[in-house]
Amino acid sequence: MNKASEIDIASVTKLYGATTAVEAISIKIPGGTYCCLLGPSGCGKTSTLRMIAGHETITSGDIRLGNTVVTDLPPARRGTAMMFQSYALFPHLDLVDNVAFSLKMKGAPKDERRAKAMKMLELMELQAYATRKPAQLSGGQQQRVALARALITNPQALLLDEPLSALDPFLKVRMRAELKKLQASLGITFVHVTHSQEEAMALADVIVVMNDGRIEQAAAPRQVFERPATAFVARFMGNHNVISGRTVENRGGTMTLVVPQGGRFIATDPTDEIGETADLAIRTDRVRIGMAARDGLGFTGTITNIEYRGASVKISVAGAGIEDFIAILGDSEFFATPVRIGDALHLCWNQEDVIVLGRTGSEFHQ
Amino acid sequence: MTTAQIADVGETKARREIRMPSWLTSYLQAAPLAIILFCFLLLPILMITVVSFWDYDFAQMYPDFVTFNYGETLGSWVTWKTYLNTLKFAFMVWAITLFVGFWVAYFLAFHIRSSAMQMVLFLVCTVPFLTSNIIRMISWIPVLGRNGLVNTTLVNSGLIAQPIEWLLYSDFAVVLAMVHLYTLFMVTPIFNTLMRIDKSLVEAARDAGASGWQTLTNVILPLAKPGMAIGTIFVVTLVMADFSTVQVMSGGQSASVALMMKNQMSLLQYPAAAANAVVLLALVLLMVAGILRIVDIRKEL
Repeated sequence: MNKASEIDIASVTKLYGATTAVEAISIKIPGGTYCCLLGPSGCGKTSTLRMIAGHETITSGDIRLGNTVVTDLPPARRGTAMMFQSYALFPHLDLVDNVAFSLKMKGAPKDERRAKAMKMLELMELQAYATRKPAQLSGGQQQRVALARALITNPQALLLDEPLSALDPFLKVRMRAELKKLQASLGITFVHVTHSQEEAMALADVIVVMNDGRIEQAAAPRQVFERPATAFVARFMGNHNVISGRTVENRGGTMTLVVPQGGRFIATDPTDEIGETADLAIRTDRVRIGMAARDGLGFTGTITNIEYRGASVKISVAGAGIEDFIAILGDSEFFATPVRIGDALHLCWNQEDVIVLGRTGSEFHQ
Repeated sequence: MTTAQIADVGETKARREIRMPSWLTSYLQAAPLAIILFCFLLLPILMITVVSFWDYDFAQMYPDFVTFNYGETLGSWVTWKTYLNTLKFAFMVWAITLFVGFWVAYFLAFHIRSSAMQMVLFLVCTVPFLTSNIIRMISWIPVLGRNGLVNTTLVNSGLIAQPIEWLLYSDFAVVLAMVHLYTLFMVTPIFNTLMRIDKSLVEAARDAGASGWQTLTNVILPLAKPGMAIGTIFVVTLVMADFSTVQVMSGGQSASVALMMKNQMSLLQYPAAAANAVVLLALVLLMVAGILRIVDIRKEL
């Protein structure tokens, strides 16, 4: 008996009146994984989470948890528990009663539910505050109470709606580690909605990048980072330069792409497509400066901005029809041969660091 | 150069400024309200208290210090019965306005989705307040009277043979009119409290398996308590001090404390009325203190 069940979302659509919030998404989240739904605001990630939780009706499609189709079940009978963005702790109840709330609703006797709630609070190291009201706690403590309240029902999946967004940056990083540890020790499925790439990379086994109600890519963090599936993912993850243009030549596994204002770039591409628009992605930290480029693997542009970031330096360059091309250099490398805004700069990269976008499907394989 | 300029500017400013100790500023700011409250609240109460110890006959009051005004007020069975009657009205009106007020506020706060519609419906609730209390009260008479709207309809439709007598000039009429007059004082504070309840609390309760009724009793009602307490204070103090509704709607058959005072004043028994007022004030203050002990309304203020 496997407590952590797979969540299967089958062509689920959500309409609000005439607007489409989620458009026919399908994904399988394996049991016991930490899954992050990542995307900009309004991309449909929260609607998706709320549909899994049962707080939003599903317009069409089905959601299965383990072997049960939960599409039409009320939230409490799905085996999921939700942790709300603002934690939604009951302000008039002390911590024990907050945590014991769902047991009280089930009609468990008072002593039994209070004992269970105390155990849950001990797990979260909050037993010292048991008789306090939520308003008397710090943000991090409130979050642990919300976790305890969600977990007391022994859910198969915990659904977290931007759980870290209300915390200050230092606490965010600490609570992130606690969430990851908790998920590992419980072994249940976590579905976590966030708009922070960093958070998703740090936590997830599977990142589902969403945009405009669709799934752009669903894969392990490393794959999402190194092999973004679409131009949107490459831009949203923020570590790639995206070059858009038209393929003019495609022979022997190498394609040539021309940018409207004249730049020519090459990339490895096994297909023979030609004349189509295509996007190339180049990791910002793989771009080298100061060396004349091999044909199609670099260009010369003007520096528009330099940002010092401590361990690294970010240089923005415009040229060859590309408005904003970013190179991230190590600080020692940069200060060995410093450049200034307005200087002309040679940029180059290796062919194996160039990815052709939009060629891999958005299906999730594991 | 720059420092010199700054010093210059500082000097000119210092010359123009009228210097005032900081403690005086705050006292001055509080003064207008303090003066108004003193002149129109504290002073009258003080005068009533003083007068309640004076002596009087059919024509005049005599400054004195006698306690028989209180002795007569508290020693008479009529006073006790009148107080009990007023308390009965207060309790019945409170219970009905609380019930009606809560559900109206609940409907407005949780079942109306758009805030524009909420505001429109709330303003609709206040429309009756565009006419005076007395007119709203008197307009019940053609509705409830012996040959009024209700009785005529019932008799003509053959449901009853004789007009119902207790519709008007009865305790029923008094309570009905008071509920009509004062329900909004219950709706407003409860609506205000309910609007402050985070909607995600309701979802969290649903997520924990609570039924609609359980959510109401475990989450919404406890959180609405401060609003209910404020509404209760409004309604109870208004009913305890009411004389016109009782006089008009009971047709003089029922009495209230304020009505008793009014009668004493029309007989020029001012010191007796003053003693009565002091007793009523003490009672109402005790009731408010009791409500505040039960419910903490500080969060609402």
